Amino acid sequence: MVAQNVGFWVIAVMMVVAALRVVTTNNVVHAALWLVAVLAGASGQYILLAAEFVAITQVLVYIGAVMVLFLFGTMLTRARIGFDSDLNNSYKRLGIPVAVVMMGAMGLALIRSFGDEKLPVSDNIVSTQRVSDQIFGPYLLPFWALSFVLLAAIIGAIVLARKD
Amino acid sequence: MFVNQFLFLAAVLFCIGVYGVVARKNAVLMLMSTELILNSVNINLLAFAMRNGSTDGHTFALYIIAVAAAEVGVGLGLVLLVYRNKKSISVDELSEMRG
Repeated sequence: MVAQNVGFWVIAVMMVVAALRVVTTNNVVHAALWLVAVLAGASGQYILLAAEFVAITQVLVYIGAVMVLFLFGTMLTRARIGFDSDLNNSYKRLGIPVAVVMMGAMGLALIRSFGDEKLPVSDNIVSTQRVSDQIFGPYLLPFWALSFVLLAAIIGAIVLARKD
Repeated sequence: MFVNQFLFLAAVLFCIGVYGVVARKNAVLMLMSTELILNSVNINLLAFAMRNGSTDGHTFALYIIAVAAAEVGVGLGLVLLVYRNKKSISVDELSEMRG
């Protein structure tokens, strides 16, 4: 339990620092690389939460595919590779009170609802087999809908980005 | 491990993502902030799945990952289109629909 707690806090601090860098850095490529750190940390937290299939999917889909898309987007829009002082709104300080108030409200609600409730220590890990039984059982219809969403997104992206 | 430590981590990431969406002008960076928000939701879902001992949260988390991938694909397609028409991806310059 101690090892899990140490792992949680190390990964959590790394994720928060990297997330702050994503929203404050003045370099688009650096932001993408800090985002990789956040996503990898999230995948570590999923393993701590006994969700190994979701963790591996996170690495494959996010770090493998989505980040490549972001870097291609940066390249194709010829964003300045390197320091760029024109990435933020002029009223960006407005975001700080918004985020702080939201954090206060959510923190209050979380402390009131869950207090110091502990996660159950279970030795039966959720296996990939149980996840697939769920997807291809009760959640089959959303799965089909999702495949149509992906198809529509692929076709839409091609139609949007095509030169004609 | 407490339930709250995961939920608080997710809340902090969510707020950082919201700050990013408000503060950023570059469209690609706004999409990255949206990814932060979606990831915080996934951490919440998996924490509740472990708390309740169910698998539903895992299924939802996988669906969210798929929807996020579709969102990034379409979003970057739109950004490319905006860039081609405006030679810039600053969302401040998209003011055609202002009354």
